[in-house]
Formats: sequence, C-alpha cells, structure tokens
Amino acid sequence: MRIRISHDTVYRYESPPAGVIQVLRLTPRNHDGQYVIDWRIDVSQECRLDSHEDAFGNLTHTFAAAGPFTELSVLVEGEVETRDTQGVIEGAVERFPPTLFLRETALTAADPAIADYARAIRGEAGDGMLDVLHALLDRIHRDVVYDTAPTHAATTASEAFALRRGVCQDHAHIFIAAARTLGIPARYAGGYFRRADELVQEEGGHAWAEAFVPELGWTGFDPANGICPTDAHVRVAVGLDYLGAAPVRGSRYGGGAEALTVALHVDQAARQMQD
Amino acid sequence: MANVMTASLGGAALFVKPPLSAPAAFDEMRGGDGAVRPAYAELASWLDGISPEGLLQRRREAELLFRRIGITFAVHGEAEAQERLIPFDVVPRILSGAEWGMLARGLEQRVRALNLFLKDVYSQREILRAGIVPEDLIFRNPLFRPEMNGQKVPHDLYVLIAGIDIVRVDAETFYVLEDNARTPSGVSYMLENREIMLRLFPDLFSRHRVAPVENYPDELLATLKSVAPASASRDPTVVLLTPGVFNSAYYEHSFLADKLGVELVEGRDLLVRDEVVFMRTTEGLKRVDVVYRRVDDDFLDPLAFRPDSLLGVPGLMSAYAAGNVTLANAVGTGIADDKAVYSYMPQILKFYLGEAPILHNVPTYCCRDVEDLAYVLDHLPELVVKEVHGSGGYGMMIGPKADRETLAAFRAKLERQPHGFIAQPTLALSTCPTCVEDGLAPRHVDLRPFVLMGRDRVRIVPGGLTRVALGPGSLVVNSSQGGGTKDTWVLDG
Repeated sequence: MRIRISHDTVYRYESPPAGVIQVLRLTPRNHDGQYVIDWRIDVSQECRLDSHEDAFGNLTHTFAAAGPFTELSVLVEGEVETRDTQGVIEGAVERFPPTLFLRETALTAADPAIADYARAIRGEAGDGMLDVLHALLDRIHRDVVYDTAPTHAATTASEAFALRRGVCQDHAHIFIAAARTLGIPARYAGGYFRRADELVQEEGGHAWAEAFVPELGWTGFDPANGICPTDAHVRVAVGLDYLGAAPVRGSRYGGGAEALTVALHVDQAARQMQD
Repeated sequence: MANVMTASLGGAALFVKPPLSAPAAFDEMRGGDGAVRPAYAELASWLDGISPEGLLQRRREAELLFRRIGITFAVHGEAEAQERLIPFDVVPRILSGAEWGMLARGLEQRVRALNLFLKDVYSQREILRAGIVPEDLIFRNPLFRPEMNGQKVPHDLYVLIAGIDIVRVDAETFYVLEDNARTPSGVSYMLENREIMLRLFPDLFSRHRVAPVENYPDELLATLKSVAPASASRDPTVVLLTPGVFNSAYYEHSFLADKLGVELVEGRDLLVRDEVVFMRTTEGLKRVDVVYRRVDDDFLDPLAFRPDSLLGVPGLMSAYAAGNVTLANAVGTGIADDKAVYSYMPQILKFYLGEAPILHNVPTYCCRDVEDLAYVLDHLPELVVKEVHGSGGYGMMIGPKADRETLAAFRAKLERQPHGFIAQPTLALSTCPTCVEDGLAPRHVDLRPFVLMGRDRVRIVPGGLTRVALGPGSLVVNSSQGGGTKDTWVLDG
C-alpha cells in the first residue's frame, strides 16, 4: 500500500520563548516491509536541522530555534510504500542483540499485577512463544479499554494496567512489560497507522510493540488494535519504551504557556501513474 | 575493636573480621611484630615526644581551621541534609616511595583497562563475543547506557577521573575494593587535609620528604584540556557542572572550580545551539569545550534521559554525539564500576592488556553464579554481601555483625534475586595510629587515590584520601556515619 503522511505540529506561545530545542524521531527508514519514497521535515522558524542515527538505529533530527517567536510548526510529510509481512520485521537496522530488550525501564517495569497477568496468560496459551504472544495481544486488546482521558505521556505500564485504560502507548507498554517478565525480549515501536474506517486519527501517531521470536526474528504486535502490524502501519522508530522512540523530545527557554495542535493525515496515496 | 568502615564519599565499604576469629590486623606503623616500620620512624619518634593532651590540643586546632575554611559534608538521610564536619585525624598515614610506586603502576594499569573495556562494550563488544563477560550482565545492567552505543567519544577516553578504593591486609598485599568511574568525590578533602597539616605541623614536614599533592588542580586542568574535542580552540574552555547547592558534594564542586580557575555552572547556565554547547556570560554566549560534570547521567539531558530533570542541559547529548564537547567522565562509565563487573576485572585486564593485574581484587563471589551462590548461602555469617549497583555502604550486609533477622532477610533477598548481589570475605584491614579520646590507638584505614587519564598521559598525585574508622565499637563507619579522614603522605625516595 502506498501511504501518504502529513503530520503538522503547531506550538503557539502565550508569550514568546527565548528559544526552543527539539530532538525529533520522525523519519522512517526502509526495511523489507516498507520503502520510503520521499520524506521531508519543515520547521517554520529559521534553524539548522542536524541529522543523526541514534543508538537504536533510528534517524534523529535536532534543531535549536532562537526566539522570540509566537508560533512554531514542525511539519513532516512524505510517502511510504508498505507491504504486509504479518508483522515480521526483516531488513531493519539492528544495533543490539535481543538480550538488550529484556531491560526494565521506568515506563515498562512490570509490577506484580502485570507479572501475574502475564503468567496466567502463558499458563493458558501453552508453551509456544508465538501462541503466548498472540494470547497477550488478544487479552490486552480486550482487557485494556481505549480511552484518551486517564493517561498521559509519563504514565507507566503498571499505572495504565491498574486502570485497565489507556491509549496505544499504554497498550504497548503493558505488552512490553508482560513479555519481558516472561523472558521474551520486547520493545516499543512508534509510527503511523492508516485506519481503513476513515475514522479520526489518534493525536500524534500510533504505537505498538515488537517481540523477538527466535524462529521469526522481531515481530510486531499492535495491542491497541488487537492485530499484528499490516501494510497499514508505517514504522518510524523503536526503543525500550516510549521515551526511547518518542517522536518529539523538546525543551523551551522562557516564554509563557504553550498550546499545541496536531494535524495528522494518513491516507492511501492515489496511484497516479499506473491507473 | 572491630570496625567496619564504609567511608561513603560516594564509595566503598571496608570490613574487618570480628574480634574473636580475627588475626591481629596489620598495623602500618608497628608492622606485624611491633617494630616500627622504616617509613614511620620519624613519625613514631615525634609521637613519642608529644603528650596525649598535646595531641588532642592539635586536633582541636585542626578542627578550628576546618570550621574556618568551611569543609562540610551533607549526611544522607538526616533531616534537612544538615551539614557537619568530617572528623579529621591529625596523625598522617604514611606510604613509602616503593609502596606508592607499586600502587601507581597498578592504578594506571587498572584505569587503562577500564577505558578499553568501556570503549569495547559501547562499540565492538569483543569481550562479550569472546564469552569473557556474560552478555546479559552488560545489557541488562541499569548502569549500561544503551544511548552510548556506537557513539564516538573524544579520543576514545571514557574515564578521565577515577577514584580507586584500596585496602591493605599486610605488608605486601593491597586489594582494590571498588572502582569509582562515575563522579568520584573526596579529592577536596585530600587537598584541604594537606593544607591544614602544613599549617599545623611544619616541623613534622621538615623531618620528612613528603611528595606534594597541591598540584592536583593543575594536573586535573591539564587532563581536562588534553581531551578537548578536535574542533575546540587551542585553549579550550572548561566548566564544572554541578547539580547545585543542595547536592551533598556542592562544597567540593565550588572548591574545585575555584582551584581550577574555571566557571562553576548549573544546567541553566548552559545551552546548546547547532550542536555546540555555550555558556551564558555577561558578555554574551561563550563556547564550552569540556564539561567536568558532577551531575549523574540520568539528569544530564532531559531530551536523552529523565525528561523531568531540571539539572541538566537540553540537547547536551546531541552536542556530545556530534563530537563538539567532551564530558568528563563520559556517559555510561557506571558499567565499569558495577560490582558484578568488578569481579571480572582480572579477566578484563588480561583481555585488553595481556597483563596480569598488579593490584588484585578482593576475592569476590558473584551470586549470579550458581556455585558461588551456594557457597555464599552456606557461609553467610562470615561474608560481606553487597548490592551490585549500590554504593556508599547502603544496601549491604556484614555477616559477622548481622543479627539473625538481617541474615534471614538477606538470605531471602539472595534466593529471590541472586543477580543483584556479590559477596566477599571479611578482611583484616590494616590500621594506622589514630588520635582518640584517651591517646593513640590503631584504627582501620582505606585509601582512595585519584587517577587522571589524559590524552597525553596518566597523572596520579601521590597519595589520595585516607579514610579512617574512628569509633571503637561501631561497625559501619561511613563519612556519613562517623568515619574520618587523614592526610596521606607518600615519602620521596
């Protein structure tokens, strides 16, 4: 599927800041399931955009814009050709062996409730790792209600699990925490998702999890949707948790309150030439 | 008389055997046989000529001087982080030139190996592939920083300032108790102790050839400038980054910045623009090339680590990754001073240097190993058990002094989470004559020398910080729990 993405984040400041610095993880890379046709980042204020690869192999862009200004927009847009691989990731940049992804982080630490939940699911699902992971996927999708109200970017897996509510980030964190307590390497994947039902997009992209299955390699699981990623998913960054793959991490010098609006469009691109 | 000290200027814990089973500890002045050892000959005769009251009087004078200078130490866990003086003992601890020569060679060897190890675990990981250090010990270790993977650091040097904790058990044997490769503290005490001693006992100095330590700030500055990034100017700008006045070592930060003649800055005084670090000054922005940072990794950059940190500099890690600033020490050096990694130091030395260690480890049982764990559980009352990521004597158990409940609690912890612990035999630590209320008495000591690793060479000021367990009955003697310090003399020739 050819997916066209336009993701515009606009910050409006009550009083102008002296400067803003941001690290963006907003640029997808190629792997066997996706090919980036074109991609660009446009920051509305004059600044230098420095591009690097981070320790996990994600592409980052860093900029520092000197104020004063009352509005800043960060627009990313481009087209990606995707292919359904049943969630299996091949040909991606890998900088670490799977063992690293057994690390606990503050956002993905499993409390006893998650550990018990994970063990119970494994008990029902049997010995096959893939069966266990699919059971986790189904159960988390069913048990954790999609709700944007109660959680925020710093909500931990344990907090969201206690509420049995959250957004895709929380679903992913719970899945990761549960998989790791079962000794299965797991990580966070951030990106975009094209909804077939044309319903409203989540604000600021989508997130899911990947788990390492020895016979398959890294394999995606999208517990918010209850499916393995398909050609509707565009994978942008991976990390140990949300913070490691966060699309934007920024800081502002001075200035008053800021208001944030996100305009995100993920559509199937028109097949211009062929049709 | 059994004292255990965990002198905790961010560091080590020392142990001695309980009185009943203990062989007499080696006394550094009297030796094993009561005869005064040559390095202490002058001091012993000087001590013979001074009355206990006279000695106590000199101690009071020293205390007065310290109060005037204002060296204090915030104590962990005390309400409102009260500051108080660390007790200072006026009787110096003396090492002969030959003893120091051996220690210095061993320290240099060790810090070279630590740097090669860090470069390797953050790039090629040859030591993991060779199966010498287990992969999960590194990758699942909270002190390993994945963010540093594949990041080039200026001149491939990670640990520029190390504090290696050394204990002694007899005339020949020194052990490394702990490596401090993050932000070792205590060097200000080394410098102030010497200053006080020079003022109080000029006569005693005139009877010895004591190697100077006063040049430490110059050596540190030379080291820091030597590792400036290639893009820096010929006279690089160095700053000292402190978490601020509420940090327990703030005194040391301001003391060192002053001695180095560099700016003492907090995170808000710095900013990053186009991957270059700048300092705000009254004359505008000034480029910074080397940051001697006394802020922990976690708080260094809210865009890379803890997002709620207000102590760091947003974007610092991107400037670091771009090679435009040197951080001293590098990010992620904690993996080299992890106590479980410590137990592999002999193999690490051999792997990178092809040399046998000059300074040995305390024999260490790694509880992650099934056989070691079984031994530890069988011998718990004789052993000292430490948390692998702990420091400063917190989270440890001294078997010979532990009551039944503590032993049971640690047994349960070990069974539940063996990866989190190491164990070591209790050691009969050396003693030095120390001024106590009723005169002179032997008290247990350790030593923290400071090793500076520059691009050009290694610099080690002769001596270091000697910590002394003062209380005769107390077991854990921390700088926060009644430990004191001594001036450390290395005799020339």
